[in-house]
Amino acid sequence: MEAVLAITLGIMMASGVYLLLRARIFPVVMGLTLISYAVNLFIFSMGRLATGVPAVIGRSAEYGDPLPQALVLTAIVIGFAMTAFIVVLSLRGLGELRTDHVDGREPRE
Amino acid sequence: MNHALILPILLPLFVGSLLLLTHKQALPFKRLVSLLATWLLVPLALWLLLQANTGTLFVYQLGDWLPPFGIILLLDRLSALMLLVTAVLASFAVLYASRGDDERGPNFHALFQFQLAGINGAFLTGDLFNLFVFFEILLISSYALLLHGNGAKRVQAGIHYVVLNLLGSALFLVGVSMLYGLTGTLNMADLAIRVGAAESADAPLLAAAGYLLLVVFALKGAILPLYFWLPRAYASATAPVAALFAIMTKLGLYAIVRVFTLIYGSEAGTLNNMVLDWLWPLSMLTLAAGVLGALAARNLQILLSYLVVVSVGTLLAGVALGTEQGLSAALYYLLHSTLVTGGLFLLADLIARQRGEMASDLASAPALRQPLMLGALFFAGAISVAGLPPFSGFLGKVMLLQAVSPGSGASLLWSVVLIGGLGMVIALSRAGSLVFWRSSEAAVVAVPADSLRMLATFGLLLGSVLLVIAAQPIQAYVQATAAQLFDLGPYLQIIQGAGA
Repeated sequence: MEAVLAITLGIMMASGVYLLLRARIFPVVMGLTLISYAVNLFIFSMGRLATGVPAVIGRSAEYGDPLPQALVLTAIVIGFAMTAFIVVLSLRGLGELRTDHVDGREPRE
Repeated sequence: MNHALILPILLPLFVGSLLLLTHKQALPFKRLVSLLATWLLVPLALWLLLQANTGTLFVYQLGDWLPPFGIILLLDRLSALMLLVTAVLASFAVLYASRGDDERGPNFHALFQFQLAGINGAFLTGDLFNLFVFFEILLISSYALLLHGNGAKRVQAGIHYVVLNLLGSALFLVGVSMLYGLTGTLNMADLAIRVGAAESADAPLLAAAGYLLLVVFALKGAILPLYFWLPRAYASATAPVAALFAIMTKLGLYAIVRVFTLIYGSEAGTLNNMVLDWLWPLSMLTLAAGVLGALAARNLQILLSYLVVVSVGTLLAGVALGTEQGLSAALYYLLHSTLVTGGLFLLADLIARQRGEMASDLASAPALRQPLMLGALFFAGAISVAGLPPFSGFLGKVMLLQAVSPGSGASLLWSVVLIGGLGMVIALSRAGSLVFWRSSEAAVVAVPADSLRMLATFGLLLGSVLLVIAAQPIQAYVQATAAQLFDLGPYLQIIQGAGA
């Protein structure tokens, strides 16, 4: 399970970075979203991967760590707000700059 | 328990919310509330500073959960000092903004207060994840403040700033969660214990997490490969916002000092002081790059932004020395550079307002309405920021140059800092002579500067003089701060005391 998760995270992160480097605002937003998903999954996995174990110490020998879930919840909320902000910002940028390039002007050919 | 510890966060948070609720009220009301709340932070921070100066660490347990299980706020000499300098800077910035810059959007003051809440929180927290949360609070308000008012230039710089910081936040989360996964804690003091006691097999991963955090803080602090966002962002912000942003790069440096003296400090076993070797060359390169940028700048605000980069490099050099003397010199320089660059950003705006369409571009423009007054202020500010006597920049640099022990490090530091100082003098004197002496024939149309704006600018620049007059107690304080930071015993006691 660990290997699958690690590979998934790697692919998501790599795709995110690739999209980020496209330097057009829509791929950039998509890239940032992918990166934040990958990061959220990474935080989640830091509580170690286990299924069907209680989140309470003492009920069984194994227990799930509830703290990463709290952390990931915070990270999701913040990431959501930030994505909303950058979407609005890029719409305004599109309106004011008349281009979707992140530098605000078309690159020279 | 000392509940005053959380007030620097709660006060701006509540006032900001109040301002949001009453956003339909007239502007004078919002100004009054915002001004009073910001000014109230100054005596509060001063009182906390006096408390912290007794040498005790004040711990505030949120929800009365014992550390390391609950989140703690931690007040030591360093955080008290940062709170005070933030409060002073913000007081003048908000005064300046209240003379018209806050009219460009309805929620300027609310955003300003939220930004203060985030900054104060980041300085006070003793928990790494909480530091991330406060970083995000101050960042999202800073995005909105940066874009405050319209203009294509602002949007252009804003997109870079936002995208870079979002990526930084993602890296921050990876670093923090790696640390959590390896040690099972997020409390900084507890992390210090666990990192010190970690098995050697975990050391590379712990180091990787530490370096990730360094990248994030270097991005916030605008250290060499990661400073390119800064000049345009700062130059396109409105003056009071740019002045407040003078503390934001210092926040990155604060985080570097906090994390890499405490968690990866002298108690960290094989990882002790692992970043110092990196910080040293980076600080020199940042300083040099900042000076080159300042020399090439064709706009007064861009020039000042590069001076921020120079100050980051100088500060980082003090931190990278890894000694009490170096750190205390860096802290003194931090006080100086925050106040003076803040004041210079305000002054540049006053100058730009009197130059008609040329604004702050470094080319000939109609003569200023008040050349003598603004010129004198610019002269004083420029001397101070370039590090010439008799102002505080000089003292800061002398302290730094004395802190380095003789050897190859010393010759490098001395030459970079002194040549950098010369470069700054050249850049500033070129800018000054262009602005004040080479005026075009066009008639002077500008109105004289607003007296309260002038007062705010003057107040911040006066900070440089006060830092010299009160140099002895301030130096004693920063030395005590550095000593406290390197003596990890009391910090680690926070956890052990609670566990016993």
